[in-house]
Amino acid sequence: MTESTYRIQGETGEWEVVIGLEVHAQVTSHAKLFSGASTEFGAEPNSQVSLVDAAMPGMLPVPNRECIRQAVRTGMAIEAQINAWSRFDRKNYFYADLPQGYQISQLYHPIVGEGQLLIEADEKNGIPEDKIIGIERIHVEQDAGKLMHDQHPTMSYVDLNRSGVALMEIVSKPDMASPAEAGAYVRKLRSILRYVGSCDGNMEQGSMRADVNVSVRKPGGELGTRTETKNVNSVRFVMAVIEQEARRQVELIEGGGAVVQETRLYDPDRNETRSMRSKEDAHDYRYFPDPDLLPLVLDDDFLNECRASLPELPDAKRARYTGDLGLNAYNAAQLTLEVEVFARFETLLAATAKRLGKAEKDVATQVANWTLSVAPGVLNALGGDAKLEHNTAAANASILQMVDAGTVSGGQAKEIYEIVLKTGRDPEEIADTEGLKQQSDTGAIEAEIDKVLADNPDKVAEYRSGKDKLFGFFVGQTMKAMQGKANPAVVNELLKVKLG
Amino acid sequence: MSVDKQTVAKIASLARINMSDDALERMVPELNNILAWVDQLGEVDCTGVEPMTAVIPNTLRLRDDVVDADPLTGGGIRDKVLANAPAAEHGFFGVPKVIE
Amino acid sequence: MTDLTKLGVAAIRNGVAAGEFTAREVAEAFNANVAAAAALNAFIVTTPDHALAAADKVDTDRAAGRPLGGMAGVPIGMKDLFATQGVQTTAASHILEGFIPQYESTVSGKLWAAGAGMLGKLNLDQFAMGSSNETSYFGNVISPWRRSDGGNAALAPGGSSGGSSTAVSAWLAPAATGTDTGGSIRQPAAFTGITGVKPTYGRCSRWGIVAFASSLDQAGPMARDVTDCAIMLGAMAGFDPKDSTSLDLPVPDWAGSLNADMRGKKIGIPREYRMEGTDADILKSWDDGIAWLKDAGAEVVDISLPHTKYALPAYYIIAPAEASSNLARYDGVRYGLRDLPEGAGLQDMYAATRSDGFGDEVKRRILIGTYVLSAGFYDAYYNQAQRIRTLISRDFENAFKDCDVILAPTTPTAAFALGEKSDDPLAMYLNDVFAVPASLAGLPAMSVPCGVNSQGLPLGLQIIGKAFDEQGVLNAGLAIEKRAGFIATPEKWW
Ligand SMILES: [Mg+2]
Ligand SMILES: [Zn+2]
Repeated sequence: MTESTYRIQGETGEWEVVIGLEVHAQVTSHAKLFSGASTEFGAEPNSQVSLVDAAMPGMLPVPNRECIRQAVRTGMAIEAQINAWSRFDRKNYFYADLPQGYQISQLYHPIVGEGQLLIEADEKNGIPEDKIIGIERIHVEQDAGKLMHDQHPTMSYVDLNRSGVALMEIVSKPDMASPAEAGAYVRKLRSILRYVGSCDGNMEQGSMRADVNVSVRKPGGELGTRTETKNVNSVRFVMAVIEQEARRQVELIEGGGAVVQETRLYDPDRNETRSMRSKEDAHDYRYFPDPDLLPLVLDDDFLNECRASLPELPDAKRARYTGDLGLNAYNAAQLTLEVEVFARFETLLAATAKRLGKAEKDVATQVANWTLSVAPGVLNALGGDAKLEHNTAAANASILQMVDAGTVSGGQAKEIYEIVLKTGRDPEEIADTEGLKQQSDTGAIEAEIDKVLADNPDKVAEYRSGKDKLFGFFVGQTMKAMQGKANPAVVNELLKVKLG
Repeated sequence: MSVDKQTVAKIASLARINMSDDALERMVPELNNILAWVDQLGEVDCTGVEPMTAVIPNTLRLRDDVVDADPLTGGGIRDKVLANAPAAEHGFFGVPKVIE
Repeated sequence: MTDLTKLGVAAIRNGVAAGEFTAREVAEAFNANVAAAAALNAFIVTTPDHALAAADKVDTDRAAGRPLGGMAGVPIGMKDLFATQGVQTTAASHILEGFIPQYESTVSGKLWAAGAGMLGKLNLDQFAMGSSNETSYFGNVISPWRRSDGGNAALAPGGSSGGSSTAVSAWLAPAATGTDTGGSIRQPAAFTGITGVKPTYGRCSRWGIVAFASSLDQAGPMARDVTDCAIMLGAMAGFDPKDSTSLDLPVPDWAGSLNADMRGKKIGIPREYRMEGTDADILKSWDDGIAWLKDAGAEVVDISLPHTKYALPAYYIIAPAEASSNLARYDGVRYGLRDLPEGAGLQDMYAATRSDGFGDEVKRRILIGTYVLSAGFYDAYYNQAQRIRTLISRDFENAFKDCDVILAPTTPTAAFALGEKSDDPLAMYLNDVFAVPASLAGLPAMSVPCGVNSQGLPLGLQIIGKAFDEQGVLNAGLAIEKRAGFIATPEKWW
């Protein structure tokens, strides 16, 4: 495997960066992990808090099956060891966002053990080859509440709506060596979570946050002391944190100092990390098995259902697109990145193939190009004028069918699509009534060709004496005469015959 | 094992209990008495014995993913949640300002 | 007219159902006794209106011919560890003073649904931590019992359910709820000459009970006799989906199946319970118990519970460890006491609130629990204790291959005087030496009165059963009850 060439240039030479990520992903569920309160985002403060979430005296946790199921499915998606016997532990510390005084988490026996994730080569960003990033574990735990500091001069306000929402903590091995690799890892992980449906991957709303562990070392040297920068909530910030933190550590060490193992916070406005003093003494978490909860034992039926319900995952889908569908690597990668994109592609592919009576692989490239570049181009240009309810697979397939039949040109297809998006009218009807059709009537085309040949006898002679390149000239003249509405294939064919 | 005053102070701080010097002094021998007594557990050879996980053989029951299925463990009860709060402000719990 | 407060659960329920007296008359009689017994300090708050309202509902239901519940017309005392909606719930701690739950614990809710009413919230050791009821923020509970030596020493009613034991033994309530973590139902029952049952762990929901040590806490009834306990346990027990450790089993008709015939039953006598320091009177009562059960037809067998000696120290690691974490929620943020010194930050507020709000024994246990869980000690202490707990559980499993129930003393001594052990935590802990093993193993166990000692103080015998076999425990208890003929009662001095 080719190693990352990412280095920090220090005064004493080059430094390597060692990166591990702990990603907290909010599990997609209606109710919280241990209570029946809703997980909906953006509600009034403390309106989605049960007596259990507020840690009233005598309240007890009862786990939500769906949260467990989603964690298991996620584990299966990264080919991880699934632990049929696991249990919950308490992580004890005092903070205003933690009503119980402990977080129910898993330390000793997590539900998911070792797995792995593949990040794709990205030459221009310093990832020379595909790389496998090890995953240490996934455990299920409670989210904390939220503190607001700027609403009152002397008080912070506590909102417990998030308190008790289920999280998966996905802990990587320290296998990443550059911001680009970490960025690729987070993007890939997000993609898998969204494929599986276990997390919506919405980083702005905090559905995914990363704790970024960074240390530096001389190439091939001993591992350095790491710092953990908490709750970083975008791919860009994850990469920035690594860059800043690595640089800071190098400067610190080269200046004769030492890196302290500590928790840090990222300030995006100043693009720097700083020490989180408020949590400094919270290192002794006194983990122990939660005595309110029995061991979690998953039976075969449960595990089988989890496995059976897994969708085709990004790597497999990409392989199928390049293999079975014959798409090029770039298209396959682009199409499989986001759930919405491949879903649109596959629906349109099926509709188009059916309409044309062709195999999917025979229309795949055409549909891929339409999905990735033509359609988004028109949509973007229209902006708010596009009514998305008109953007149906049937309409798209109908346009693609006309293109395939040569009835409309690429340019006409875009114009038709634009009208469809604005009005919802039928594509074929638009082509008919708006004059957006190619001329395939050989008689009309022949007449124009004859005119062109008659007007250019010298060029005809040159062509016939071997100047093949002039063929394009005749096509262009004919098309021009036809005001662009002639079917180029027909024009080509007729020209070849007439020129002999 | 035994504890000294400094250790007790550290434990008290972990447990968020203020203790005066006097109280710490008094607590040291009391804790040491208890610790010396529980130390006899070390005599027992527990090789191959698993720590107890469920006192009555039983495994964890899981509930369905339904919001507010039981009003006693559901949300939408802000007034009840805040009813006993020493400082309830605009629907929040108020605490002394935290600097993160 | 008979003194209604001399009646037990069954007699009241049956009398109300038969129309011999009304539930309101019963409630009023007990309310009056409660009001006249302030000197015992058994109640933290009294709720006479609650008792009357429940009684009126029963009387109305009866008049309308509607079916009556198993506790219909029976006013009871509720240990102040059970959250009661709209009624202050404190766990006898300053830190919860003024806390008014917006919810009802499952067990208390079941009792109200069965037609019981509430006379008040009973005093207890703070957070149920104690064996003498001297750790309550709301003052000591005084046992109604006095030694027959003519002295007036105030005696401990046992703990932590000392308000419960006092209320029942002083005729302030026909029955009361208790909770038992390491003997807190059985030991006070033994000290006050009443009957108390700790069912199998998981029989009674823990939802809404202020937690002490989650893997040990169990609610149970405390009443005058075995039948009353069986009736009340039937009303308290049952599967609760809100408690993950709740047993998903039907509730047997324990009261209806009571049977004192011990023929064909084997009674195990654990040799390790013959400990040094056990009172001669206690040992004698044990022998009496053996003789009575033989008389009832049982075969008596010697058994061994080899790890008995380690039960108490293991308990004093496990219970404080769980407690140190369970009590972290008392932080002055959402309910209860808040102590906010001038200029204090969040963490200062926690430390001030908890220092002010918790009593000494609670602090001591939180510190022990925090210590044994802290970095570097977890394995040596907590895990070792949980391994020993496994061994203790196995001891019982093996013993129950040879016997149906186990008979042992409930306590090593009769009630001691208040103040006698309060300066020596270890001496106090040793009081639960016979009670703790069954708690660690989650087994059903009860204490049944069997006589008085040379000073006229009541003694209790303990019966420990197999998991889920409350019936076997109650039946053996009944066999003893029938033969012990225990009729002693404290003379009213309050
Ligand atoms: Mg972390
Ligand atoms: Zn976490």
